[in-house]
Amino acid sequence: MTLDELGPDNRATVVALEIRGTQRRRLMDLGLLPGTEVRVDMTSPLGDPTAYLVRDGLIALRRSQARAVHVEVRDGSERQ
Amino acid sequence: MTSGFQASSAGPACTSCAIYNSANLAKLGVETGDYDYVAAVAGNPNTGKSTVFNALTGLRQHVGNWPGKTVARAEGGFTYRGLGYKLVDLPGTYSLLSTSNDEEIARDFLLFGRPDVTIAVVDSTRLERNLNLVLQILQITDRVVVALNLMDESQRHGITIDVRHLGRELGVPVVPMAARKGEGLPELLEAVEQVATRQPATSVRRVKQRNAALERAVATLSDKLGQAFPGLPNTRWVALRLLEGDPSTEQAVRDGTLGDLGRGAAEAGSARPTGTAAR
Repeated sequence: MTLDELGPDNRATVVALEIRGTQRRRLMDLGLLPGTEVRVDMTSPLGDPTAYLVRDGLIALRRSQARAVHVEVRDGSERQ
Repeated sequence: MTSGFQASSAGPACTSCAIYNSANLAKLGVETGDYDYVAAVAGNPNTGKSTVFNALTGLRQHVGNWPGKTVARAEGGFTYRGLGYKLVDLPGTYSLLSTSNDEEIARDFLLFGRPDVTIAVVDSTRLERNLNLVLQILQITDRVVVALNLMDESQRHGITIDVRHLGRELGVPVVPMAARKGEGLPELLEAVEQVATRQPATSVRRVKQRNAALERAVATLSDKLGQAFPGLPNTRWVALRLLEGDPSTEQAVRDGTLGDLGRGAAEAGSARPTGTAAR
């Protein structure tokens, strides 16, 4: 799944960034690399942008950017 | 706290010892006058760079929290133990590889302005995220002091940092501080002086190139850059950017502005008034 589909109570691990060039660089500089744990921290009323907690820092991504981040939901964090 | 950050608990007796003698510090404001060394203040956005800058120079450079607040570099001066320092406050940046305007100012100064000391201010509450930039700076220069700022906040959040271990891993001095309270400043000055005046440590942590083919390409390109732009520092770094296909670096090579950066840095070095700074 991709990061924009991540529910508010789930933790996920980044598996790939499907994006190239300066945008990829930017995301990696902000700490978003394969293996990094992410979760949703805040959502704007329409869900775009959404703020994610990454390595103790908050980063806001547009839905179009979050869609490029492939994640895997962590076991045990699935919402019942 | 595992180690370090004794500053907050410093009793009255400490103020008389040599390291704590703030009488050695004279804040010169914008008057940089005759300086022996150039020190840069770099770091992620919102880590307290301008607070550190103000504490050292006595200036009131605007401190605030919004993107691009320090859009150009601010300069000030101080003397410590009879040596003059010009201090340059750089815009906050997450990386030296991205290409927003204010980040470019910081990057160009660190790469081509060749400061004698770079004070890397990091947010101790978000250490992992901040170390990205520190490692990038260490690729360029080993004359670095890490100012582990906002220790008061990380303590409040119950975060413990093994400062000595961190310093050993990075191979450069790490000074825990709470700049807005003035804590850790004497230790920072001491470390800055040490790095500025002494031979740099040889144990600096560098991210290594593991690929032989890439290493060959970097070496070849770096040589060529050196021939095309004599005096240009950090040609290896520029070569890596070119291999990466970074458009702004390509442009700078194509239109020759890369050479100006190298020359500008050389001139800044020779124009140093007292000329006593020994590298």
